[in-house]
Amino acid sequence: MNHPVGYNADHRLRWTEWLPWVVALAVFFLLPDYLSLGARVLTYILFALSLDLILGYAGIITLGHAAFFGLGAYVTGILSAKLGVNDPLLQMLCSACAAGLLGLATGALVLRTHGLTQLMLTLAVAAVCLEVANKATPVTGGADGLSGVTVAPILGLFRFDMYGRTAYLWCLVLVFGGWWLIRRLIYSPFGAALTGIRENSVRMHAVGAPVYKRLLTVYTLSAAIAGIAGALLTQTNQFVGLNVLGFEPSGELLVMLILGGVGRLYGAFVGPLVFLIAQDFLARQFPEYWYFGIGLMLVVVVLFARGGILGISDAVIARMRRKA
Amino acid sequence: MQAFISSLVSVAFHGVAYGMILYVISVGLSVTMGLMGFTNLAHGVFAMAGGYVLVTSLSRFHLPFALALVLAFVLVAAASVVLERFLYSRLYGASELEQVLFTIGLIFMSVAVARLLYGTLQQPVVLPDYLKGQFALLGRDFPAYRVFLIVFSAAMIGALWFGLERTLWGAMVRAAVDNRAMAQAIGINTRRLFTITFAVGSGLAGLGGALGADIVAIQPTYPFEQLVYFLIVVSVGGLGSLRGPFVAALLIGITDTACKYWLPQFGAFFIYAATIGLLLWRPMGLFGKRT
Amino acid sequence: MSAALETRGLCKSFGALTVADRIDFRLESGARHALIGPNGAGKTTFVNLLTGLLRPSSGTVLLGGEDVTALAQSGRVKRGLGRTFQINTLFRDMSVLDNVALGVAERHGVAGGFWRPASGQRAVREESLELLARLGIADEAGRRVLDLPYGKQRLVEIAIALGLKPRVLLLDEPAAGVPSLESERILQALDSLPEDIAILIIEHDMDLVFRFARRITVLVQGEVLCEGTPQEIADDVRVHQVYLGERHA
Repeated sequence: MNHPVGYNADHRLRWTEWLPWVVALAVFFLLPDYLSLGARVLTYILFALSLDLILGYAGIITLGHAAFFGLGAYVTGILSAKLGVNDPLLQMLCSACAAGLLGLATGALVLRTHGLTQLMLTLAVAAVCLEVANKATPVTGGADGLSGVTVAPILGLFRFDMYGRTAYLWCLVLVFGGWWLIRRLIYSPFGAALTGIRENSVRMHAVGAPVYKRLLTVYTLSAAIAGIAGALLTQTNQFVGLNVLGFEPSGELLVMLILGGVGRLYGAFVGPLVFLIAQDFLARQFPEYWYFGIGLMLVVVVLFARGGILGISDAVIARMRRKA
Repeated sequence: MQAFISSLVSVAFHGVAYGMILYVISVGLSVTMGLMGFTNLAHGVFAMAGGYVLVTSLSRFHLPFALALVLAFVLVAAASVVLERFLYSRLYGASELEQVLFTIGLIFMSVAVARLLYGTLQQPVVLPDYLKGQFALLGRDFPAYRVFLIVFSAAMIGALWFGLERTLWGAMVRAAVDNRAMAQAIGINTRRLFTITFAVGSGLAGLGGALGADIVAIQPTYPFEQLVYFLIVVSVGGLGSLRGPFVAALLIGITDTACKYWLPQFGAFFIYAATIGLLLWRPMGLFGKRT
Repeated sequence: MSAALETRGLCKSFGALTVADRIDFRLESGARHALIGPNGAGKTTFVNLLTGLLRPSSGTVLLGGEDVTALAQSGRVKRGLGRTFQINTLFRDMSVLDNVALGVAERHGVAGGFWRPASGQRAVREESLELLARLGIADEAGRRVLDLPYGKQRLVEIAIALGLKPRVLLLDEPAAGVPSLESERILQALDSLPEDIAILIIEHDMDLVFRFARRITVLVQGEVLCEGTPQEIADDVRVHQVYLGERHA
């Protein structure tokens, strides 16, 4: 369970892997009041999947992944609010390309470095994006954010309704697509090579792997997926604000992924689900306790439960099996 | 022309004051990261705590300013020892990711505690009368507090450098930064050295946060917002170096002040862009050890 | 005929410290050559210069007659230069099979594929399993490297290098830290390697060196002291003084 990838792995779908989709559809039919929260959770699942790809599999630590998410969100917002481009697919495509290009350009620089320097550069890239969005008021709305985003019917057929049904399904479709792509990728030789780089990049060089090229490829792809998640956020909220950029959203995303479990693919599903539901119930009433809680949780996970929620459940299942 | 020179002097002066603060706060981070290889993103928490200690002692307990500064150093250093012994030390030698996550967790917790105790508003600093007003120098007036800042920080930095260059503790720190295995082999108790160094570094951060409370507003989001500046100082200056971060802090202090003065519409954009450029040119920083 | 691997006037210094001093060295194809020398003689530095992990200060490295001095590691690997590491540098959290297959896949040119599953790469899997079988660890293919005993990890180390189908193989202390019983197994594994591979072994275990090598080069303080057959080296007075001397004098 913990080490599914590689040349020994069984890549066929297990029944448990259908669970998220069953749950997602059940929510759609059974909990119509929670569809906007659901769409938010789905958006962050896609965002967390993109982070898991580079952090969990390729081992790149970033404090600035929100740069790509935020760029995707702003591109869609600007296209609609400033340029009148309202087709959701076109918005999505532009967001993905813009974020992917930013990933390629910054990755080309960031991935040449290591350790603190690399960490610092990811943070600086995100900080630059935040500063640009903050100061380029005519285009981005600055601190007030960008409202007046409209989204045309998908393929001219499916209108975004006021109950959020279309938005929810639209998010679900994209998350499913992202999951499918990433799942194929991690079970492929490319995915195995990424894991090899994470485990021992010196040795990967020595077996003749073009490490830098592999990392740049996955960084670009991850950025594009994060951009799609950002576009989704704008489309479902019909608003973009500065809070999609900078260190805090990057940090929160890290928290979600760590909470679920890093490098497990489904940690990216569990983490945002638990985090955002808890946030929805707790954060408004007790913001101080909420912040304290996520901080404490991070510390506890790092010190005592390194696999996150899925890691704990694996351990529990393994223990039950041994007893049985 | 006269006006331009005057603004030039003013920018240089305020920039130096800000740079000094940045250095006093960040030097501990540089040394502990170089010494222990610990990626401590929560360093700003100590600076914020120092700031809160200062404003609380001044406005609630009406303590003298000097005593408040001493308290900011001592209390923060003491608290950091507890943290180091019980939490940080568990993660020496852990992966960078774990250290990053752990310290981000500490940031979140400290932000919550600060908000709970002090609310979200920034804390006003009640300066003593003798530090208010202007100080005349070479026919110009300078804000007295900034002059005090520069002089006091310079004295602190001098003392610190002297301590690291001339004392046994300093020699041990330098030896351990250089080659930890060797330092251990010649019988240096690195465990205790870490604790002491961590305490001094954190105490200095607390002192820096207190001194700078008038410049860098003390509010709950401080550790998040200032983190990038502290990290810039350390990474541009070079890990484990003493002089590197000093140069970097002054550069950043002056550049930041200049940008905000002349190009406010760009905010901190140039600082970040310059940092990116500089780190690409010299990935180990200006004075970092080459690997 | 050009040598499998050759260096001409290879120098490397770190500041004032010279760790490789005008090294001229030839490794013939099919050679069984050993590089020995006291601690700090610069043996590992020399290997790192050969593989491209370090850039020489001056001098050239020729691989099969081709100047590869400017090439990065991956370029030299593609031209047939494989190595093992002194300290195990394995993919610890991955299976034994994966450890070998990662390199094999790079050589087959399929390692960048991101659509078809890795487990469907028949050729890569079979070749990797065959290699493991040759080293007698095929039964461990599915286990995590982390869970293997140290001696077997050393064999995985060699298997990874062999997976690159090298024409030149550099073995950096293959038996370091291995109990003598298991070092016998490593020697067997080395003996079974294809004859046409040129092998340079760096080793402290003199027993292993003298049983395996047909030629020996002695390196002292970054310089070649002498070179010859095991017999010549064993009889050389200078070698006794600088090298064996430190143990037997």
